[in-house]
Amino acid sequence: MARDFEMNRRRVLAAAGAALAGAALPSAAQRFQPAQDITPLLLQVTRGATPREEGVEIDLPQIAENGNSVPMRIRVASPMSPGDYVKAIYIFAERNPRPLVATFHLNAQSGRAEVTTRVRLAGTQKVRALAELSGDRFVIGAMDVLVTAAACLDESLL
Amino acid sequence: MMLGKVQVPPTVKRGEAFEVRVLVQHPMETGFRRNLDGQSIPANIVDKLACRLGGREIFSAELGTGISANPYIVFFTTADASGELVVEWSDDRGEKGRVTTMVTVV
Repeated sequence: MARDFEMNRRRVLAAAGAALAGAALPSAAQRFQPAQDITPLLLQVTRGATPREEGVEIDLPQIAENGNSVPMRIRVASPMSPGDYVKAIYIFAERNPRPLVATFHLNAQSGRAEVTTRVRLAGTQKVRALAELSGDRFVIGAMDVLVTAAACLDESLL
Repeated sequence: MMLGKVQVPPTVKRGEAFEVRVLVQHPMETGFRRNLDGQSIPANIVDKLACRLGGREIFSAELGTGISANPYIVFFTTADASGELVVEWSDDRGEKGRVTTMVTVV
């Protein structure tokens, strides 16, 4: 009887240990993410053109306490007239496992080239916003953000 | 059918930009997280969202894993006439959602 109990206890402990080991092993995305070079990604969007660094303003908190939800506002200086408007805005986060965060498509009737959303950030990094203007022109802006608790790391497992 | 919300000002001026706020209820699971047994949680992302006003597309977005759970998007548009504003989205499992509101031009 006592032996049975002992065997059971051992098995339970072994199973629990295995589960914990599995949980503690971070997946590829949860390991420290170095900043990736997003230039190829940028060039793919711009079809080889080099974007000019002007007219894109990114509003992010200087310190984000929680990388799971960081409010972000992007404003592009544009008259938003039928002849000169912002066609699309791309957000890139170089330390995220998937650097292209989102793409927003605007048009000449948008009235204002401004988009607000909440993003996930895997650590302190430089966030870039690329805007595609009418007439195949591209402008880019960047903003540094300090993230104290990165997204992608699940706190419940630490 | 997924839950969501869209908010516009009660009245808007003809041709003047107004704010449209969209909130979608969705976990936006990245696929990078693991549960307590160490198994990875499958990804589940709202990847497409589009907004039409009176049949004309005024805004669309492709979202990725970098967008927070319960995606919240604010953008601007103009209107020439009153009409119904429709927001539609779908996730990578083919689940769809739709909310509408009226835009009143004065």
